[in-house]
Amino acid sequence: MGIISRGFRGRRQDGPPDRVPPGQYLTDDFPVLSAGPTPHTPLEEWTFSITGGAEPVTWTWDEFQQLPRERVTKDIHCVTKWSKLDTTWEGVSVDTLLEAVEHDAGFVMAFCDGGYTTNLPLEDVSDGKAWVAYTYDGEPLDPEHGGPARLLVPHLYFWKSAKWVRSLDLRDEDEPGFWESNGYHIRGDPWLEQRYWGD
Amino acid sequence: MKVEDMKLDGNAIGGLLSELFGTDVTDSMGVCASCGTMGPLATLDVYLRAPGVVGRCRTCGAVMLKIVRSPDRIWLDLRGTQSLQITAQ
Amino acid sequence: MAGAALLGRLTWLVAEVVDSVRETPRVRTLVLDADGWAGHRAGQHVDVRLTAEDGYQAERSYSIASAPGEPLEITIEELEDGEVSPYLVGEATDGDRFEIRGPIGGYFVWDGTGDAPVLLVAGGSGVVPLASMIRHRASIGSRTPTRLLYSSRTYEDVIYRAELEQPADGLEVFHTLTRSQPPGWTGYSRRVDQEMLGEVAWPAADGTRVFICGSTRFVDAAADGLVAMGYPALSIRTERFGATG
Repeated sequence: MGIISRGFRGRRQDGPPDRVPPGQYLTDDFPVLSAGPTPHTPLEEWTFSITGGAEPVTWTWDEFQQLPRERVTKDIHCVTKWSKLDTTWEGVSVDTLLEAVEHDAGFVMAFCDGGYTTNLPLEDVSDGKAWVAYTYDGEPLDPEHGGPARLLVPHLYFWKSAKWVRSLDLRDEDEPGFWESNGYHIRGDPWLEQRYWGD
Repeated sequence: MKVEDMKLDGNAIGGLLSELFGTDVTDSMGVCASCGTMGPLATLDVYLRAPGVVGRCRTCGAVMLKIVRSPDRIWLDLRGTQSLQITAQ
Repeated sequence: MAGAALLGRLTWLVAEVVDSVRETPRVRTLVLDADGWAGHRAGQHVDVRLTAEDGYQAERSYSIASAPGEPLEITIEELEDGEVSPYLVGEATDGDRFEIRGPIGGYFVWDGTGDAPVLLVAGGSGVVPLASMIRHRASIGSRTPTRLLYSSRTYEDVIYRAELEQPADGLEVFHTLTRSQPPGWTGYSRRVDQEMLGEVAWPAADGTRVFICGSTRFVDAAADGLVAMGYPALSIRTERFGATG
């Protein structure tokens, strides 16, 4: 550890331990983290697909908007240590999307505009744990926060909530995505502090 | 803050890269494995505000390097860099 | 932990604040003393690392303002919502210590010499590494024709203002104030644009070497403007500053 700088505290606030996982700090704002330029796919061109099942299924934006939508309030936790409580989203449950496909896959890989990928076990995107969200805090999701739509998997570190998601590919193996292949934990449970390989 | 302002360049990771390479490599020439453009690492488009560091080719946008740090390890992915030419001092 | 510096390999050194200068309402220069500091080249920077009592660490990069051979000085702009800059600008006092790593950078450097002219273009605190270059040029008595085009918001925001009013031989300074100008202002009064570059920069054929530093948007626009004038891309070196502090 480095020498202590007198009077330096940083910006963090602590939060209630039952809401804030180990090693996390609370934030009031919504930091934008990005690994590349913000994509801007026009809604007329946007589609969402599930591939890797018996048949690929694709929805246009208009069709996607017709699917049953849910509003959820969730805490989110970024591996860079900030947590934000009671964030509100609207979107389509991944359960709803998976119902449209016949499959026996154990895993999914999310593919996104801009090239980002992230992998998840099927059980982490099922049973009311995941959504494809297009509204945040009552407004259409801002492109910098992943709009038109992002994956939302709040029980895992937020790198799994892939911005600009366009498809989920059903797979038999858990193959590491963009960050998981270079140090970040394959699953990423913040309550077990699964940040890096081997955690 | 707009994402465009968060895009920096290889100068911003000069210190981090010096930890990995043992010397300054901001003026070392990297060849993009995607499009073949060669340029100093100082000219990469670098995104620091990500769960790790991403350096992209300024010509084609392909990821040329990815760096993740934990308290006790550093991971370096240079698959997007075909070669790195470091001048002997 | 400060350690012995192996040749070429940088380690963290402990730096102590020995003096400071308030440059503008939001900008401060810290004069540092660091055991093991090996000197620097004009244009280089240091990484600064602060550690809180509970072990929390934050790291940022700051350009070196002083000329090579002079005591190490960094100039910091305090950013709203910053985490490190409010500490360095508002809190740090003589005797305070933090860690630095450096000097860093082999690309955005100028040793002050050469026959071909040098154009320096600064946006806000982007002037800091260019100031190191200007100071070095003066201290070695260089005759290289040099121009600085420096964009600031207001007259009060101009860093090193008094010093720039007395430029060394062969250095010309052009200011533009983008937000407001004092009565009687005779400099430029708008954001750097193609027309301004056309007036300040030498013709492309003169072989000018260019260094541009500032925010990403500022740097990219200025570089594009010079390329549009016919400057070869390779003649332009850039350093983008983040707006995170």
